[in-house]
Amino acid sequence: MSTPRIRIPDTAQKGVIIEIKALIDHPMETGQRKGADGKILPKRIIDRFEVSLNGQVVFAADWGTGIAANPFISFFLTATESGEFKFSWRDEQGPIFTATKTITVN
Amino acid sequence: MAHTRRHLLKGIAAGSALMALPKVALASRAEADALLKKLLNGAAIQPGKVNINLPMVVDNGANVPMTITVDAPMTPELWVQKLHVVGDGNPLPFVATYHFTAQGKAEISTRIRLSQSQRVRAVAVLSDGTAWGATFDAKVTLGGCGG
Repeated sequence: MSTPRIRIPDTAQKGVIIEIKALIDHPMETGQRKGADGKILPKRIIDRFEVSLNGQVVFAADWGTGIAANPFISFFLTATESGEFKFSWRDEQGPIFTATKTITVN
Repeated sequence: MAHTRRHLLKGIAAGSALMALPKVALASRAEADALLKKLLNGAAIQPGKVNINLPMVVDNGANVPMTITVDAPMTPELWVQKLHVVGDGNPLPFVATYHFTAQGKAEISTRIRLSQSQRVRAVAVLSDGTAWGATFDAKVTLGGCGG
């Protein structure tokens, strides 16, 4: 599990729209599958994805069992200020996985 | 890492094969509609503005690339606040809700699960309170298990 990967440009011109991609390894177990022993594998998904820049949330997503394993997301922001992006993935059973990346906006 | 990924992929393949069997209880259109109504706080859905991009035929329901775009600005005066996605043929209808801020583009790409052929619905809520929706009837064949 975990090992998040994010792709953000290192630099961007102010006002330009940038694409951000994020991927994390996670089974997104639906609670429908049975294991080798015939018992249901308990539901365990990442249910909340959040992105903040310099402490302000700029994008978020609530995820359900309809999101595929190793959840991938691509979305778009406008380059406004330099700073640190923080990404967090909340596993509904408790752990929160995070990743950060700095961007320089000219 | 490669071993884990192969193991994971085998698990997903087995999982999607299991999802093809009729024994799994699946959601219905009524359930998906009820969920949308709850997510929208009862707001009326107007057709338009939203475009759902899914493959014409899905051969692996465990991993389906999807792009949704909304034909609306992302300015402080008017922007897309939320985008809800539900599927009426999965065991649970909820796929995702995306929360945007007034910037960038109202567009996301992701990968979803479709356990059988079904209607996927996406509804965008704009900052003026209006809700706009689109549907996509996905045709899902699950490889050896058929449709």
